[in-house]
Amino acid sequence: MSEQSHGGPDHTGAVEHAGVEESGKYAIDNPGLPPHRPRLADEDPKAAKRAERQAAFLFGLSIVGTLLFFVGYFVVGQIGPDTTFATIRLQNMLLGLGTAFAMLGIGVGIVHWAKTLMPDHETTELRHEVRTEADRQVAVGMIEDIIDETQVKRRPLLRNTLIGAGVLAVLPAIAIFRDLDDTDNRSEFAAENFGPERLRHTMWATDVRLVRDPTGTPIKASDVTIGSAFHVIPEGLNELDPHEMLNQKAKAVVLLMRLNPEDMQVSPEREDWNVDGIVAYSKVCTHVGCPVALYEQHTHHLLCPCHQSTFDLTQECKVIFGPAGHALPQLPIRVNEEGFLVARSDFHEPVGPAYWERG
Amino acid sequence: MSTSTTTEYQASTPTGKIANFMDTRAGLSPMVKEFGRKIFPDHWSFMFGEVALYTFVILLMSGTFLTLFFDPSMAHTTYEGSYKPLYGVEMSVAYASALDISFDIRGGLFMRQVHHWAALLFVAAMSVHMLRVFFTGAFRRPRELNWVVGCTLLILGLAAGFTGYSLPDEMLSGNGLRIIDGVVKAIPLIGTYISFFLFGGEFPGDDIIGRLYILHVLVVPALILLMIVIHLFMVVVHKHTQYPGPGRTENNVVGYPVGPVYAAKAGGFFFIVFGVVALLGGFFTINAIWNYGPYDPSPVQAGTQPDWYIGFVDGALRLMPGTLGDFSFKWDIPFPWGTNTLALGVLLPALVPAGILFAVMFGWPWIERWITKDNREHHILDRPRNAPTRTGVGVAGIIWYCVMWAAASSDLIATHFSVSLNDVTYWLRALFVFGPFIGFIITKRVCLALQRKDREIVLHGREAGVIEMTPEGEFRERHERLDDYRLYKLVSFENKKPIPAQPGRDGKIKASEKQRAKFNRWFYEERVAPVTREELAEAKTHDHSDVPSAVEGQDGQSSIGH
Repeated sequence: MSEQSHGGPDHTGAVEHAGVEESGKYAIDNPGLPPHRPRLADEDPKAAKRAERQAAFLFGLSIVGTLLFFVGYFVVGQIGPDTTFATIRLQNMLLGLGTAFAMLGIGVGIVHWAKTLMPDHETTELRHEVRTEADRQVAVGMIEDIIDETQVKRRPLLRNTLIGAGVLAVLPAIAIFRDLDDTDNRSEFAAENFGPERLRHTMWATDVRLVRDPTGTPIKASDVTIGSAFHVIPEGLNELDPHEMLNQKAKAVVLLMRLNPEDMQVSPEREDWNVDGIVAYSKVCTHVGCPVALYEQHTHHLLCPCHQSTFDLTQECKVIFGPAGHALPQLPIRVNEEGFLVARSDFHEPVGPAYWERG
Repeated sequence: MSTSTTTEYQASTPTGKIANFMDTRAGLSPMVKEFGRKIFPDHWSFMFGEVALYTFVILLMSGTFLTLFFDPSMAHTTYEGSYKPLYGVEMSVAYASALDISFDIRGGLFMRQVHHWAALLFVAAMSVHMLRVFFTGAFRRPRELNWVVGCTLLILGLAAGFTGYSLPDEMLSGNGLRIIDGVVKAIPLIGTYISFFLFGGEFPGDDIIGRLYILHVLVVPALILLMIVIHLFMVVVHKHTQYPGPGRTENNVVGYPVGPVYAAKAGGFFFIVFGVVALLGGFFTINAIWNYGPYDPSPVQAGTQPDWYIGFVDGALRLMPGTLGDFSFKWDIPFPWGTNTLALGVLLPALVPAGILFAVMFGWPWIERWITKDNREHHILDRPRNAPTRTGVGVAGIIWYCVMWAAASSDLIATHFSVSLNDVTYWLRALFVFGPFIGFIITKRVCLALQRKDREIVLHGREAGVIEMTPEGEFRERHERLDDYRLYKLVSFENKKPIPAQPGRDGKIKASEKQRAKFNRWFYEERVAPVTREELAEAKTHDHSDVPSAVEGQDGQSSIGH
């Protein structure tokens, strides 16, 4: 193997090929293409005829497949409200089987034809250089002439103003996408409805009742027995316009559970956030936002089924396993005069995954 | 040129007249002359790229059918279609039209399933094709740019798959979108705004499906098509690579002509791929959207899986510990203007492994060229065993990828094998760190062992399967010499020795050059040399004695032997 060349004035520009044919380079010299071995069909007309029949049979099979497709489509017939699942499955199967036979018949038939009857002599073609030195010189000459003719080198004013104009002209194409988020245009409170501040607020507020998801029935403290769990939404959510409903629900969903108060470690500032061991936590995982839907009663663990973040209810939903980085936010709750559970306030921190402006 | 009309060819048959008309207007003859008998090398491993191309054609056809019936609107509607369990349920128009395609349009379910299966195969075929290109060194000069185009195609394929996956707007993909939203929000500085701009406000909003739709049916497929055109154009410019073997040289292409053999085989293969996808679509349910129900931010199914090609990112998310004891990867940074949050527990696993994989993938042709100082054109492929370090690196990458991929099913592994989910995660974390190294070492040893086996066969012949008894009563297996055609394949590779650090023009060795030399030694220090002329002649003189296979160590000084 010769030294690599790294360019420079004395570089010829010739391209080196790996393993070029030099006699003696390898243990034996390239023996050339092996002799062609004739196939059965090359020598025996009967075998050739048989191959022809086989390919024709496969094409015939393709025709049968196409017919089968039509059986599935027209004979099984129109589907509608009275169609059973079995019929749909049958139709889907016949369409699949028919198409498969139609396609495989043609495909296998052609390949069989090519492999048995078409010539199988391997032939050789020479490669060409991607670029020859002569071509390069001609091309460079042309480009130099072209640049010369534009006079761009002699007139820098033209070049500089064009570059400036071009750079600026791109900016509107970026700016015009600003209203991809157009919520502030449609709102009276533009400032509140644009930017990350929105993520800090949910529908929860003082005295908003906790109701069941999705029925909307309010929950009495006495309904919540130890070990039970409720999927909870704020009262009034279901009455929102459907889109606003989904946006609000995505932030406001809550899990309500009751623990034995002795099992719980409660930090001083959260002492009045639970009602005799009834606690409410955001259901939105602090990892990437899946609903934390699995409650393991006997261990008091909440598990997110998406990425297995595990939160310990007895330690104010601290992360004890998995990829989440912080505890589930707690919703402060109390009981109102009628005995229903209500929120004391909104969450004290943003729910869901962490983001740059969260703080 | 009116004078030339006297000599111009006049067709006599109707077909000939049409062909002649086309030829004189579009110039068909030069095209046929150029491509009609162009030679393509034949090998089963060259078919993966074809599978990718053909599944893409199937995707275009089945996808066009689906667009005729699908309505990408997030407007609210009440489902009144044929699927009774969801009758009267409130949902988006997009989900309702996807259900209509499945239950009220004949062949709609079939086309949906063909489309989904073809998408899964498309990415799989591209991946396997890239592995073939990597392990055989087909990315080397002059094909580096085509490798980059291929990597871009893989990313576009992922983008096409992801944007399409979310379109039916049902619960499964809705939760997938929510995960994406969470990941996007973890990007520092701009993440929150990207999320708002993507969803047209807060998640989920009512814009995302329409936006993904236009990306899925126009932007991404157009880019894929463009890249495929460039990819195939460059294949024509370079001519295809070929495996080493008798008659094949760096200056020729050995194979079958396009007309008729190659065109028939490749064309027939399209129908075979289509047939297989049709079988999958007809017999195997994929993405049974009617089971999931409309998107609702509250419920989620346990044991859900993304489409396979997104799995490695999801798995990386699962492997990352969010906290270590009381230390949290959610980092609140106190700035003068207030506290900002860096969600490293999301950011690192979402960006770093995929970033490293794609950076190394895109850059590998240049990395290898820098290490090996090999700037020559290569048209003969490496047999993977003859490039043990590269093969080892490739396997290490595969293992790293597959560990992340497996982690995306950590909950299913735990429930299926009745083991603790936490243990599965701990083991996969360990494999994530150590697996690639173990894989590299084992693969390199296997490659060297296979090379030694090749030497054995060259020097001693192949095992004939015939046991002979010597006059002394000793049993041994007869070995038969290979013919030159087979022999050539086993001996025709270069004995690449490490290139020590070389001084630059000023006579000094730069630090980067020293580093390069270190990598170079790692690449080539341990190697099995090809059989030389002398060794072969020596072996032929005493056909029955045992010749130890020489294994060169440092610059051929020491020998490891066997």
